[in-house]
Amino acid sequence: MMASIEALGRFFTSRLERLGLAARFSGAVFLVLWVSIRRATLIIRELYFSGVRSLSIIAVSGLFVGMVLAVQGYEVLQRYGSSESLGVIVALSLVRELGPVVTALLFAGRASSAVTAEIALMRATEQLAAMDMMAVDPLSRVVAPRFLAAVLSMPLLAAIFTSAGICGAWIIGVKLIGIDDGAFWSQMQANVDVRIDVLNGLLKSIVFGTAVGLISVFEGYFAVPTSEGIASATTRTVVISSLSVLLLDLVLTVMMFRGLS
Amino acid sequence: MNRSRFDFVVGLFVAIGLLAMVFMALKVGNLASFDSGSGYALEARFDNIGGLKVRAPVKSAGVVVGRVESVGLDKETFEAVVRLRIVSDYRFSKDTIASILTSGLLGEQYVGLESGGDPVYLAQGDRVGKTQSAMILEKLISQFLFSKAAETPAKAP
Repeated sequence: MMASIEALGRFFTSRLERLGLAARFSGAVFLVLWVSIRRATLIIRELYFSGVRSLSIIAVSGLFVGMVLAVQGYEVLQRYGSSESLGVIVALSLVRELGPVVTALLFAGRASSAVTAEIALMRATEQLAAMDMMAVDPLSRVVAPRFLAAVLSMPLLAAIFTSAGICGAWIIGVKLIGIDDGAFWSQMQANVDVRIDVLNGLLKSIVFGTAVGLISVFEGYFAVPTSEGIASATTRTVVISSLSVLLLDLVLTVMMFRGLS
Repeated sequence: MNRSRFDFVVGLFVAIGLLAMVFMALKVGNLASFDSGSGYALEARFDNIGGLKVRAPVKSAGVVVGRVESVGLDKETFEAVVRLRIVSDYRFSKDTIASILTSGLLGEQYVGLESGGDPVYLAQGDRVGKTQSAMILEKLISQFLFSKAAETPAKAP
C-alpha cells in the first residue's frame, strides 16, 4: 500500500521535474536565439535537412489528401445538388486544419525524429561535452539552429501542402469529375477569407513548428546516452510531438474559429 | 555538398513556400478581389435581417460591390443596424433601396442595393433610407395559411 502510493508520488514528481526542465531548457534556447540567428550558415544547413528534404513527402501527401477530400466531398455534395461547393469544402478544410496539422505530424515523423537522434548521438558520443570544453556553447551551435529551422520551415511546408492539396482537388473535381472550373475557383475565393482562414492557418503552423522543434531538441539534448536511450528518445519525440500538435490544434481552433458566425 | 549549393536549394525551397503562400492569398483567398479596409461605409436599418452575417456580400444588379461590416441592434427602436462597406468606385443615389435577398432557394443571404434616380449620391456614413427586410419563411407560410383560411369559411361540422 505504502509502496504503491510512493510509486504514484514518484511518477508525478518525475513528470513534473521533466516539465520544469523542459521549460527551463526552452527559456535557455530562446535566450541564445539572437546569437544563433546571426550565424545564418548553420540555419541554412538545418533548413536543408529538415525543410528541403521533407518537401517531397509533404507535396505528395498534400496532393493525395486533396484528391481524397475531393472524391469524398463530391460524393456527399452531389446528394444535395451543390457539387459546385467542392472547392470551398476542400479549401477550407485544408487551409484551416489539414494543412497545418498533417504537415506538423509528417514533419514530426520525417524531420524531428532525425534531429532528436542526431543530438542524442552527439550526447552519447560526448560531442556536446567536447564543444563545452572548447568554450563553444552547444545550445547556440547545435540546438538553436535546429529549432529555428523547424519554426521557419513549418509554415512554408504547410503552405506547400495546402496548395498541393487544392491542386489535387482541382485535378479530381474539375478534370475528372467535371465540375465547372469557374464555379470551383469563384466559390472558393468568395468563401475563404485571407485574414480569418489563411493567416490563422499559417499562425497555427508557426505554433506547431515551435512546439515540434522544441520537443525534438529537448528530447535529443536530454536523452539517456545509450543505444536504448536514443531509441526511446526518438520514439518519445514522435509521440509527444503528435499528441501536442493535436492538443494545440484543438486549443487554437477554439480560440480562432469559435464565435465567428 | 558545398556551401553555395546548400544556399541554392534552401533558397529554392523558401521561394516555393512563399509562392504557395501567394497562391493561397490570391487564388484560394479573396485578397485580390476586395480589400476590406478601403471604400466607404453606409448604414442601413432593417426590421428583420433574417440570417444575414458579417462579411456577407453587398450586391447591386448581381455584382459584388462591398461587404457587410457589422450587424447590431438599435437599443431604442429595436431595428437591426447593418453597416455596409462599399468599394469607393461605386456610388449610389440618395434614394437607393437596400433589401435583404437570398441567393438561390437555400443559399446565403446578401444585401441588394437598387439605385434610384436621385442626382445626389450617398457619402461616407450616410444612411440608406428605404430598406426591405428579409423574407422569413415561417411568416410567409403562416400568412399564406391565414389567407387560405379566410377565403374558405370553415364548414359547420
